[in-house]
Amino acid sequence: MDLIWDGIREAARLWWSGDGEIIEITLRTLAISAAATALALTIGIPLGAVLALRRFLGRGLIVAAVNTGMGMPPVVVGLLVALILWRTGPLGDLDLIYTPTAMVVAQFLLSLPLVVGFSLASIQSVNPRLIGQMWAMGANRWQVLWLLIRETRLGLLAAVMAGFGAAISEVGASMQVGGNLAGETRVLTTATVLETGRGNFEVAIALSLVLVVLAFIVNLVLTAVQQRRFVT
Amino acid sequence: MTDRVEAHIEVRDLLVQRGGVSVLEVGTLDIPRGLVTVMIGPNGSGKSTLLGALQLVLHPTRGTLMLDGQPMDADPVRTRRRMSAAFQEPLLLSMSVRANVELPLRLRGVDRRRRRELADHWLERFGIAPLARRHARQLSGGEAQRVSLARAFASQPEVLLLDEPFSGVDAPTREGLIEDFAEIVSETRPTTVLVTHDRDEALRLGDHAALLIGGALRQTGPPSEVFDRPADRAVAEFVGTENVWAGRRSESGVYQAGGVRLASTAKTVALGAPALLCVRPERIVLTREEDGSANQLRATLRAIRPRGPVIRSELSSGRLRLIADSSLAAWDELGLSLGDDVIARISPTDVHVIENPE
Repeated sequence: MDLIWDGIREAARLWWSGDGEIIEITLRTLAISAAATALALTIGIPLGAVLALRRFLGRGLIVAAVNTGMGMPPVVVGLLVALILWRTGPLGDLDLIYTPTAMVVAQFLLSLPLVVGFSLASIQSVNPRLIGQMWAMGANRWQVLWLLIRETRLGLLAAVMAGFGAAISEVGASMQVGGNLAGETRVLTTATVLETGRGNFEVAIALSLVLVVLAFIVNLVLTAVQQRRFVT
Repeated sequence: MTDRVEAHIEVRDLLVQRGGVSVLEVGTLDIPRGLVTVMIGPNGSGKSTLLGALQLVLHPTRGTLMLDGQPMDADPVRTRRRMSAAFQEPLLLSMSVRANVELPLRLRGVDRRRRRELADHWLERFGIAPLARRHARQLSGGEAQRVSLARAFASQPEVLLLDEPFSGVDAPTREGLIEDFAEIVSETRPTTVLVTHDRDEALRLGDHAALLIGGALRQTGPPSEVFDRPADRAVAEFVGTENVWAGRRSESGVYQAGGVRLASTAKTVALGAPALLCVRPERIVLTREEDGSANQLRATLRAIRPRGPVIRSELSSGRLRLIADSSLAAWDELGLSLGDDVIARISPTDVHVIENPE
């Protein structure tokens, strides 16, 4: 019990003292996960919309792959990205292994199936006749997509939350492709693993609390947007 | 009369197939400019499919659709922006009433001020201005349908495509809505295609009618003509012409059917040629006494079926089975009971003749 209290006190001390390393790790964590989520949303929502609205050969296979991807172990994704970015790998020349970019790629691949899956489910739940009405009102392709996003915003914000949650909480892939290098690729999850391994439980608890509070704040904002009444 | 009006939309050689099966086949159909064309037919007759083709939301297997002489599918978005649609379901988006009405204008890039102006005008016209700020989910069925129609008019369409927009609302609401719609449409005169299966609605709102059965266009013309002068037995059955008797012409303007002699002023067929004689049930007048006019059939009352504002009676005369509709007041005055003898009077102008029945 004392250990936990010590951890909470340590977390408070680190924050109040404005510990440079903690702030730097926190900002890096946010930047990497936000970039990965933004990328997953940019590609995932239109992809989810296409899978929801179009029927084509191989669609079932893609949907099954998306559903599988939603439960993909991060270490498998990490291994895949590491193999591709490894110096002798297909994209080794880009010299991205053990960089924040590699971590963005890994987190993006973990978020993408969640964003596609949630988008697919929420867009598919829209009354097809309402989509027909959107076309009948004179909407072009992009306007229909915009109206669909607007109409399914509750479900899509769940996609944002799930995608961001998967990215920020992930540790295995970040370790594999980021290497947990101090000042470069260390994020809250990898730093927590490191401090736990060293037996620095107070610091590990402090880092975990920062991670939890950060995730809570982001989700609080998204929930507020999601539950807001739209009367324009 | 309407045949002389210029065609705004031309349908030519249209074929729509689903799973290799034809669901709609229309050789030629002209939708007159500035008039209301009612599209009638039983369920599955292809009315909504035709409307879907006109909206360019389904792709025909074959055929041409022209708007002002230009192919409609050359630029689908541009064509759709000249049209509006409303359906049985109001299909409003999750936003306020005003935002819903403004939406088609927003999609067309109309500036905010003008959007607001037009939306408020149409909300006012449909009597829903006080609901402008309300969320679409908080409306009753009738209110939502008014919003849907206001939205359809807001973009000032050249063509209005309507799929049973009045059938989803309760009777009193429907009455008021049809009244308002009729007034607005007669003022603004968009080319309107109204899918309906309601006879009263078709007669009240339609300038022109197109009747589809089994995916084929069976008859076009003024609605009263389609209802009173069906082209064949299937049309007669659909439009509620309950009395369709097989007969033959016996002399000029006179036919024999089921042992009964019937005079008709309809166009004549060759002497001895088979024909179908059609009489709408509301055109048969029941009386106790003959008055010397033509077509006074002695009949016996076999069954009585109250049908809301009318009494439907089934009678026999010779080998003919007659169905007659009488108003409640007329019925009470007659004081008939089952098995009573009565005179069924049919004006020769109400006996429609179908030539060459299959």
